[in-house]
Amino acid sequence: MAAGGAAVVIGDIVTFLTASANWHGPEGIPTRLLEHVQYSFVAVLIALLVALPTGLLIGHTGKGTAVVAAIANSLRALPTIGLLIFFVVLISPHIHGKGDAAYLIPSEIVLVLLAIPSILSNTYAGVENVDPAARDAASGMGMTGSQVLFKVELPCALPLIMSGVRSATLQVVATTTIAAFVSLGGLGRYVFDGQAQQDYAQMAAGAVLVALLAVLADFGLALLQRAIVSRGISGRYARRGAAAVPDRTDALTADVVEAEVVRA
Amino acid sequence: MLRTKMVLGSAVAAVVLAATACGGGNPASTDTGNKGGPAPTDTIVVGSANFQESILLAHIYAEALKAKGVKVSTKLNIGSREAYIPGIKDGSIDLIPEYSGVLLQYFNKSATETSPDDVYAALQKAVPDTLTVLDKSAAEDKDAIVVSKDTASKHNLKSIADLAPVAGTLTFGGPPEFKTRPDGVPGLKKNYNVTFGSFKTLDAGGPLTVNALKNGQIDAGDIFTTDPSIAKNNFVVLEDPKNNFAAQNVLPLINKAKASDTVKTTLNAVSAKLDTQTLIDLLTKVISEKQDANAVAKAWLSSAGLG
Repeated sequence: MAAGGAAVVIGDIVTFLTASANWHGPEGIPTRLLEHVQYSFVAVLIALLVALPTGLLIGHTGKGTAVVAAIANSLRALPTIGLLIFFVVLISPHIHGKGDAAYLIPSEIVLVLLAIPSILSNTYAGVENVDPAARDAASGMGMTGSQVLFKVELPCALPLIMSGVRSATLQVVATTTIAAFVSLGGLGRYVFDGQAQQDYAQMAAGAVLVALLAVLADFGLALLQRAIVSRGISGRYARRGAAAVPDRTDALTADVVEAEVVRA
Repeated sequence: MLRTKMVLGSAVAAVVLAATACGGGNPASTDTGNKGGPAPTDTIVVGSANFQESILLAHIYAEALKAKGVKVSTKLNIGSREAYIPGIKDGSIDLIPEYSGVLLQYFNKSATETSPDDVYAALQKAVPDTLTVLDKSAAEDKDAIVVSKDTASKHNLKSIADLAPVAGTLTFGGPPEFKTRPDGVPGLKKNYNVTFGSFKTLDAGGPLTVNALKNGQIDAGDIFTTDPSIAKNNFVVLEDPKNNFAAQNVLPLINKAKASDTVKTTLNAVSAKLDTQTLIDLLTKVISEKQDANAVAKAWLSSAGLG
């Protein structure tokens, strides 16, 4: 592709994104954006409800780790679009009448399956890898099993759990695009419609919007992580002073915190 | 940080893909193995596009010619029109089943004819000098507005025009391009004053559309006239008296140099016997009953007295 071609495409994308007609109505960017956020949010929420308790339980008890790891990893290997078509073929003939349920249920199942592995494995790995000394100390102070889990293990594992939630969200937001493949809305509508209508500016604009939304969602979760992770874990307060206290958090959290400190 | 870069990277990749997606080669001239030029001059090479109906029609043409003693070889499943038309121009193939409306559009982008005879007349003028089209058959494979039997009887629908008063309460399902192409949503409004209450984006007459119509997610859909699922589900094809959808008569496109009198007479006799219902019946055998396309073609030719 010539540089001139690239410039034309980028110009067309900007034209599409700035045309006021594309910001109104049921096909407009705000509507599609909201649909995309809704589909993604529901999927991540269900995945959290399934994966978080399961991960905490097996991380705390140390039982079933191998089995759950194998299941989670094989879920990762499933091709999402093939799975979507499989579930549409399986489920939609049983749903009659108007409405999107025949397509929404298969799409959400696929997105939930996509989101579960990273949340689940990060959760149990986070709990499992809590410093045994901290766990022993908690038991020694007379904490019950669930107190140890919720007052020591969960807070300590939170940076890793959040990193799992963030990567799941990123994957889901990017993949929700395929909902449009089975007649639903969302930003994928622009990608699929643009391709079919040979309107490549629309298609590329859709891709850009999905990417922006994914980055934005990740940034929002980074802020959430900053708010809910204890400073004792993140070591963030140490950065306020000039004396550099060695940072003992995991690299992922440190990276994000550093970015935010620079921004602030 | 890394993630941000990856996401932006994939956005850029999507742009690049989008911008380069319109390339295309010519499989007809590359996948053959004998790149040394056309087959022996007395042999007719029958080609087909890459879908079942085209393959079946190619078998019908080939077997009909064989029965009349013409030497024939086949080169089936070549690809899209963009791939096989260059192939017939350079002599890689000599004969291929085609559809009048889309073939006319291919040779003349600004063609506006829609009725079967107008399209055929314009097509005869539009094909390049070295090629010609033989007689058109009555068989047509084209987009149609299809409704369920219940919807048809409830609103007493026979033609697309009957939809005008009720369309606002109905949901239509079709491929994404149907929203913008001239014979899609804009054409229905222009020709019949039909505007559907909502549009559900599905596939091009494929399983998604068929299932959605069957299960009531949509009231009307864009399905192709020769689709066996229409009869299977008792769908009703609405008539198109104003030719919103251009005629798509099945006809042979042939290299002029190979169109001897025997060849012409034989293929014209095939076209005379071929109508849409015949094509549906034959396709049902190939697609739904998984019968061999060549055997189906032979059986039909002998039953029609052509084989």
